[in-house]
Amino acid sequence: MAYESSSYGGGYDDSYEERPELRYGRDAEQQEPDYDTNFVPDAVQSFVVYLYRYIREKNVYEILQMYELNFQKLSERMFKQSPWPAAEAIAPYVDNDHVFCLLYRELWFRHVYARLTPTITQRMDSWDNYCSLFQIILHGNVNMQLPNQWLWDMIDEFIYQFQSFCQYRAKLKTKTEQELALLREYADVWNVYGVLNYLQALIEKSNIIQILEDDKDGGTNFTAQNGYDFQGGGSNVLKVLGYFSIVGLLRVHCLLGDYYCGLKCLLPIDIHQPGVYSNVVGCQITTVYYYVFANLMLRRYVEAIKACNQILLIIHKTKQDHQASSQFQQILKKNEQLYALLAICLSLCPQGKLVDETVNSQLREKQGEKMLRMQRNDEAVFDELFSFACPKFITPSPPNYDELVNYNQDAYRLQLKLFLSEVRQQQLLSSIRSYLKLYSAIPISKLASFMDVDEPTLRLYEDGSSYL
Amino acid sequence: MQRDRLVATPERDVAPQYTMEQIVAVNPYNPDILPDLEAYVHEQVNHQTYSLDTNLCLLRLYQFEPSRMNIQIVARILVKALMALPAPDFNLCMFLIPEKLQMEEPFLTLITLAHFLETARFRDFWDEAERNRQILEVVPGFEQAIQRFALHVLSLSYQRLPRLVLAEAINMEGLSLDKFLEHQVVNNGWSVEKAPGGGQIIGLPANEHNYPELKKNIADSIPLEHVSKLFPVLT
Repeated sequence: MAYESSSYGGGYDDSYEERPELRYGRDAEQQEPDYDTNFVPDAVQSFVVYLYRYIREKNVYEILQMYELNFQKLSERMFKQSPWPAAEAIAPYVDNDHVFCLLYRELWFRHVYARLTPTITQRMDSWDNYCSLFQIILHGNVNMQLPNQWLWDMIDEFIYQFQSFCQYRAKLKTKTEQELALLREYADVWNVYGVLNYLQALIEKSNIIQILEDDKDGGTNFTAQNGYDFQGGGSNVLKVLGYFSIVGLLRVHCLLGDYYCGLKCLLPIDIHQPGVYSNVVGCQITTVYYYVFANLMLRRYVEAIKACNQILLIIHKTKQDHQASSQFQQILKKNEQLYALLAICLSLCPQGKLVDETVNSQLREKQGEKMLRMQRNDEAVFDELFSFACPKFITPSPPNYDELVNYNQDAYRLQLKLFLSEVRQQQLLSSIRSYLKLYSAIPISKLASFMDVDEPTLRLYEDGSSYL
Repeated sequence: MQRDRLVATPERDVAPQYTMEQIVAVNPYNPDILPDLEAYVHEQVNHQTYSLDTNLCLLRLYQFEPSRMNIQIVARILVKALMALPAPDFNLCMFLIPEKLQMEEPFLTLITLAHFLETARFRDFWDEAERNRQILEVVPGFEQAIQRFALHVLSLSYQRLPRLVLAEAINMEGLSLDKFLEHQVVNNGWSVEKAPGGGQIIGLPANEHNYPELKKNIADSIPLEHVSKLFPVLT
């Protein structure tokens, strides 16, 4: 499960990564780690043997149990502060199966990101692993059925690690000489072109857009079978990865500030209908979250409010089902962020009727006081909520390695600035709307006297308000 | 540690029969198309055409490789985006342009101009535009596009308006304005009357914005299902 380094949302509190007791993680190249990654405890041996068998048998249900439950349990019990055994160490137990090892390594790195701090070498090795894994899948050499949950987590984690790398790369102040040298030399690692092109390739090679099109008139039953392929020993991996990559592109585009293109990429998936995306809770929440955020930035407030309302209702109804899941914390956090976004949207565009009573009462409880302040044009509150709820924007290009400053907040600052200037512009014009609603035709002079401004100024406000 | 050069983009020849829009739809994350996209901006300027998708793609590539960014081209893209008002294209572009750059010219001026247009401060807009002709006159059709936008805004707010307000909004007066009004009266249902204190009052055609009763979708109405629930109580 993708791990957010800051517990206070996108509040850009990056100090968690800098905390002293983890500093040693970055120096692991020079230091001897106090765990032996070549030692394979019995429990792990048993885990990989069974997982390997279930994958060969295409027993999706059992694979999911092992992936969702057993992996988490073992991590909690034996690997709270250390990595799992190396892939090379477990390989003999699984016939040295190349693909299994790639899958195992993907889990291995995910665990490091979740529980430890990855070193620069680990970050780069993880990129290599994704490249190998995706290339094998793209060349059609994979004949497996994996649970959708796993496939979603793979795409989710891939993008999370990309985002993490961009943040990491942009913080030059505390980099060692060795780290800078590696960054300079291996410019292709976690390169934005690479990330986007892998997602695009998965979409293209799987032909998922055409499949979703055909689905609509029953030409294929991709959605009906939840992405699984039962025809003669089929494989769901490429198709479903292609499907989740659609959401992946939406997310990456939002991280780059390209909301228009992000929404365009999402078009093949209709979020107003159930689909494969809505059967994986993390996917549904992520999809709608980015959909809401993109619409907010494009000033499509009504659309954002509707989608927010829809997903908050769903979370409310299904929250307790996921209490035991590793995703639970992430679900709670997104829930809070979505309420913040809803508060912002409603303050900029009052549309009370679009919000369900259940959601409304939660909203008043969580954000009632802040909404009052936003209605009184308190810009600091807009700033605070935006910063809490926004994604972790990235600068896709490598920094100037000769200037040792931290660039990691640049992208966020730009989006915040543009958002706040939009807020100011909206407030300039919002007061007039309430008057104009009362009258179908009103002489400018009368309106001017109500609003206590002179006529020419009022004309400007009125023109601007109608246009918006 | 093995580091293979990642061949992130498939080798593709840009065949002449594909339009830029098609290329961008199929293979957008490709550094090799950058020169073609730049050439396409010049084409849009010269032929008075416009393509948001390809321009956004170019801005994105500039984001990926800032050393290849061409300020003149970005400025032209922004001017074209202004000409697309009321579409929000200008703001879409701004999300992709680094903050540092936005604080330099010509971007500062373009941002100011955009702000004036979005808040309907047409007098201020035309004054500022006049002071910065050199940025704008490189894009043919700019003035006409803004006049079209100004008329659009006026038609949303006014049923009738004084000639002076119209003149300020579209930066026209005297004989050319007279001619323009004549044309609108004959072809587009405008009317021109004498104002009581002198001058002229222009009447604009009715639409659902300046005549709210024409509005077809009355969002405040109560749906039938809600009303029918009341009936048992009433009987």
